[in-house]
Amino acid sequence: MIRMIDVHKAFGKQKVLQGLNFEVDEGQSLVIMGPSGSGKSVILKHLIGLLEPDQGKVEVLGQTVNIHNREALQRLRMDMGYLFQHSALINWLSVYDNVALPLRETTSQSEKDIRAQVEKVLGLVQMEEAHEKLPSEISGGMQKRVGLARALVTEPKIILYDEPEAGLDPEMSASISKMMRRLKEELGMTSVTVTHSVSCAVTVADTLAVFEHGQFLIAGPPTDVLNSDHPRVKTFLGAALD
Amino acid sequence: MNFISRTGATLLAPAIENAGFAMGVAGRTLARLHHLPKRRRLLFDQMHLGGIKSAPVVLFVSFFIGMILSLQLGFELARYGQQEAVGLAVAVSMVREMGPVMTAVILAASVASAMAAEIGTMRVQEEVTALEVMSVDVTSYLVLPRILALTLMAPILTIFANIIGIVGGGIIAYTQLGLDFDGYVRNALSALSDRSFAGLPRSVYSGLIKATIFGFAIAVVGCASGLRARHGASGVGESTRSAVRNSIILIIVLNFFLGKIVYT
Repeated sequence: MIRMIDVHKAFGKQKVLQGLNFEVDEGQSLVIMGPSGSGKSVILKHLIGLLEPDQGKVEVLGQTVNIHNREALQRLRMDMGYLFQHSALINWLSVYDNVALPLRETTSQSEKDIRAQVEKVLGLVQMEEAHEKLPSEISGGMQKRVGLARALVTEPKIILYDEPEAGLDPEMSASISKMMRRLKEELGMTSVTVTHSVSCAVTVADTLAVFEHGQFLIAGPPTDVLNSDHPRVKTFLGAALD
Repeated sequence: MNFISRTGATLLAPAIENAGFAMGVAGRTLARLHHLPKRRRLLFDQMHLGGIKSAPVVLFVSFFIGMILSLQLGFELARYGQQEAVGLAVAVSMVREMGPVMTAVILAASVASAMAAEIGTMRVQEEVTALEVMSVDVTSYLVLPRILALTLMAPILTIFANIIGIVGGGIIAYTQLGLDFDGYVRNALSALSDRSFAGLPRSVYSGLIKATIFGFAIAVVGCASGLRARHGASGVGESTRSAVRNSIILIIVLNFFLGKIVYT
């Protein structure tokens, strides 16, 4: 469903991706951990077509992601949801209008159908009561849940999470992780998550990968990775657990 | 020579890059004019924010500009016994130059900066990226309503600025120069009697064409500066500064060339 084949990307002299290869099958969840600034979010930006590889190929849903073919990219993005690190809600729109925005802008659904769909996803993330509030009037955790509702409203096949626990307290972080797990189980959604949180990774991942120097140091079931003898992986995950 | 070429390249390259980006924004906006029916609500919101809310400042400044013109020109004309011509001088100055230019400068300072700050903040907080990821057309959703709103509101504000400026000049003519107010108004209107295009005096339509083009240019610069914002709060500050600076430079340069085209 998702493939990166020998992907290279550099920003000036800084090589961020150096021949990265991985695959994510339908309904599977890949979680990527790694040091700050190592380029984890760059992987997500390649998958959603915000960045183009210098070399190599990115395939999503059987199509090569081509940022120059605007129409094909827009169609592909309709099948993908993206939860931003800081939610990225449109600040002058209410919670309801933020979630309704992708449907209003990219479909010809009636306002009645849009309302039904928006209420459904706001229910999924337990935010039914905040319809009329502005993003500035709700907490960071609630903003994250609204961001998740917005990512889900078009019923995407794939969802990308960019540090879903960033800026949240441990309790809210755990609640978001459980919500991600529930979405995967109930909706069978394929996902790629970038995180610093081991607990989020353990809750969500089918495959856990540790990324550094443009490549995965290790990738496999979370228990295997957490018990790995790889010295760098041990050091990084040990620090993350502390 | 190397130093000169290096300095020139350092100074000119960003300016050319900015100008190219702004022209791209303008072109993409014009190509989306057919999206207007869908953007009606956003357009009216922006007309209110950019036009109606700027009106008090525009009118206040124009009133004083009219009074200053009347005072300065009146005293000079009085030395030659021509103070009756002050109405004509104020009307022509307001309608051709001061009305459109002062309105545009106020809009650059208040609206272009607001556009750059608002869109710039959205850019650095990934809201613009979120729109792209959701397949929302950023030009159509964010830029088109802002540019069109200011393009429509700038000439409307200019009309009121002209009227208020001429009235301000009349008050000074009456109170300070001892002229009859009716005579001042007749004199002012006589300056605007050269009907040459669609029944409009050339001074008026040339001013309104200028105002329309200024409104478009200011909004393009404001939106383009916001879309190019990077690196957090300092980047937004820089985009706001460059929006005001570039808008005012553009107004002055365009004013010269538009004046030359219309009057030669």
